[in-house]
Amino acid sequence: MNIAIDRREFLKAGAAVGGGLALEFSIAGAALAQAQGATAPEVTHWILIYPDDRVVIRIARSEMGQGSLTGLAQLVAEELDCDWANVSTEFVSPNEHIKRKRIWGSMSTGGSAGVRTSQEYLRKSGASARTMLVSAAATQWEVPSAECSASAGVITHGPSGRKVTYGKVAAAANKLETPKDVPLRDPKDWKIAGKSMKRLEMPDKVAGKPIYGVDVQLPNMLHASIVQSPVFLGKVKGVDSKAADKMRGVKGIVKGDGGVAVVADNCWRSNQAAKALKIDWDEGSNGAVSSDTITALFKEGLDAKDLPTARKTGDVPAALATAAKVVEAEYASPYLSHATMEPMTSTAWFKQDGTLDVWTSTQNGEASIAAAAEAAGLPLEQVEVHKAMLGGGFGRRGAPQDYVKQSVAIAKQFPGRPVKLIWSREEDMQHGFYRPASRARMKAGLDAQGNMVAMHTVIACPSILALLRPEGIDKGIDSTAVRTFNDSPYTTPNQLVEYAMRNPHVPVGFWRAPGLQNSFYRESFIDEVAHAAGKDPLEFRLAMLKPGDKNRLVLEAAARVAGWGSPLPAGVYRGLAQSDGFGSYTAMVAEVSVNEGRINVHRVVFAIDSGYVVNPDACRAQAEGNVIFCLGQFYEGHTLKDGRIQESNFHDFRIPHIQEMPRVETVLVPTGGFWGGHGEPGALNVVPAVCNAVFAATGKRIRSLPLKDNDVRNA
Amino acid sequence: MIKLNVNGRAQNVDVEPEMPLLWVLRDELKLAGTKYGCGIAQCGACTVHVDGQAVRSCVTPVGSLAGKKVVTIEGLGARGLTRVQQAWLEHEVPQCGYCQVGMIMAATALLEKKSKPTDADIDAAMTNLCRCGTYARVRKAIHAAAGTQVAASPEPVLLPNGQKA
Ligand code: FES
Ligand code: FES
Repeated sequence: MNIAIDRREFLKAGAAVGGGLALEFSIAGAALAQAQGATAPEVTHWILIYPDDRVVIRIARSEMGQGSLTGLAQLVAEELDCDWANVSTEFVSPNEHIKRKRIWGSMSTGGSAGVRTSQEYLRKSGASARTMLVSAAATQWEVPSAECSASAGVITHGPSGRKVTYGKVAAAANKLETPKDVPLRDPKDWKIAGKSMKRLEMPDKVAGKPIYGVDVQLPNMLHASIVQSPVFLGKVKGVDSKAADKMRGVKGIVKGDGGVAVVADNCWRSNQAAKALKIDWDEGSNGAVSSDTITALFKEGLDAKDLPTARKTGDVPAALATAAKVVEAEYASPYLSHATMEPMTSTAWFKQDGTLDVWTSTQNGEASIAAAAEAAGLPLEQVEVHKAMLGGGFGRRGAPQDYVKQSVAIAKQFPGRPVKLIWSREEDMQHGFYRPASRARMKAGLDAQGNMVAMHTVIACPSILALLRPEGIDKGIDSTAVRTFNDSPYTTPNQLVEYAMRNPHVPVGFWRAPGLQNSFYRESFIDEVAHAAGKDPLEFRLAMLKPGDKNRLVLEAAARVAGWGSPLPAGVYRGLAQSDGFGSYTAMVAEVSVNEGRINVHRVVFAIDSGYVVNPDACRAQAEGNVIFCLGQFYEGHTLKDGRIQESNFHDFRIPHIQEMPRVETVLVPTGGFWGGHGEPGALNVVPAVCNAVFAATGKRIRSLPLKDNDVRNA
Repeated sequence: MIKLNVNGRAQNVDVEPEMPLLWVLRDELKLAGTKYGCGIAQCGACTVHVDGQAVRSCVTPVGSLAGKKVVTIEGLGARGLTRVQQAWLEHEVPQCGYCQVGMIMAATALLEKKSKPTDADIDAAMTNLCRCGTYARVRKAIHAAAGTQVAASPEPVLLPNGQKA
């Protein structure tokens, strides 16, 4: 789905008009710090401290609702030991980042990795800054640093009782060397980190401030709508824009390789004109692809010989041959849209001085600047990306950056004028980088005592990495396709995992907790095997987890809080599942009733060990969000016909409503010594825990989603 | 020219009468608080008040609004945050926040009609979609704004062995 808009084939464009520089759009945080005038010295590259003691903490990652903007600031503020009430944030400028040789590290925001992969250098920056401020004060007072201490933004000289605030010595501290190897606080002593601080961007969000990518307002701005080939990878053969050309406000039509854009003076007008285009598509052979052909491709994959092996321990064929009982099942999942509430959007402005500015909702500022520079044919240094708040990400706005490239290609035809591209919901839903559809066949062998002695798994699944990060493929294995099986903590002595990479033309991408369908498969199947062995699903799992395994700890925690085994109201049944991923260990118990084929989820208990917890309330919000996001999988699911996605909007791709939200109880079990994520781990167990409860309630096993393909009425 | 009353101000806009109010607000009047999510009255991101009723502005032709009063989020909180917005802050409702303006507008209209809505009232009125999954907190914040007693929602349990909340 590479929509490189061919700029030479540009048909018609409005006159280029130079724009002023007034900015009507507020990039949260950044705008605030700059608007207040006075410059602030940097005390380390992460921290700015104003003479009036305001502290601005720079954030390299993105904020898409997961709360890490606040969490990251808490970690810095903790070690800096400033007054939290004085803290605000600004996003790192990707252009500055390039010019300063990537001094702020990764800007990627995905894999639940924001906190866990940057906590160490962020905490060190805070600690270094505190040391520098103290030594600046000590120098001023002509006393040894060791006689001074800092707390809540105030430095005190012990013997004399003299005090000075950070703001007064920040300029002097700025001149000092950044110390190396500063000691970090024991999390037990945290005062700012580890607490449920209110999220810093909330006031803007509640007031409806224009902080998102779609909200950009620039002088003389134009609006663009795009129509992409309904069959992925299709090409534009010809465009009849006679009707569109005549429509009010239309400024130009930009024809690309795989899509056509209309530029107008208002988003509705560009969208109406886009609908009026008559485009002749070259669909290629992909026009024949359907859900059925994809299923057939996956089934062929499951039967294929000599597949790449993702895990091999013991001798699975021999163990299965001698097993007292063999259980076998096949599971399947559909393609899924991210369906972020804010559609894909990007605004690009080629300035008269030869530079390019881009405003976008991105999960990776560096990926956006690279995509924009490439599409513009400009060196990175001449491009700036202004990071907006994201109206949801869930993985869609990270690696692909397709919409950024498009907006740059379109704006290039209107030099001097900013052009804002907003995808219609229909484009958004039909041109995603979908959670891969997949199919898995599992076979387990039990010995005479009902112990699982062998497990064989074959997975047919498109490869996300093949499309978005090919260098990540290792000996034919895409780790996102085989996870949960290749790294299963169960001690089953004989395990074999094989992977059939089957890549239909449908683009796939990182969708909240990439690979989570494998938790559905494994944890549902383990439930099947436990029942075949005549054992309690909790006991069965615990028997396969080593003592001290953190998976075991969270499983026990979830079971304890949920009251596993205790009586329930009539008609309510429990199911459980456990999985680890994204650095954390998780387990879930769901309480469910089934009436006339309708599944009601009453209560979900979710236990997670992420090592440390930076903001408990934000972690709880992620747990709640993950639960309802994943309950959507019971009815969401894309179908393909004639090479294209059939569903186009929320009427036929239904996402959960408020009445489906169960009570979610979050059990935080931070055992320390490692750092795990929160944005995705909560997604892993939702489907299997509920499906296992449905089995307990009805005796019916759900082996594929969405639910409409299953009958779960009580037998 | 179409005459409009938005947030108490008379406005003249030179647009087609069939243009949905949403795009007049966002692109003509530069009131970007109201959001586009679906364009087909499914998601509620574009909810505004027309004569006090919650209305989906993506399917409301601007030509149908003569003599009516439109209120958007920018007008709602013009004199500081409303009690609904305050409840939203208090309960940290938003995640990405994109749907929340629509949620706040819908909740405000609901509370105008029913000062103490039940859970069933909330289910019926709050048909707005939130992909981030903030529904539990939306419900809690509405009850809080209404001043109704609600069962405390589950606090995170911290098991021994880790730091305290
Ligand atoms: S944008 Fe109006 S209801 Fe979705
Ligand atoms: S808070 Fe993100 S869509 Fe509702």
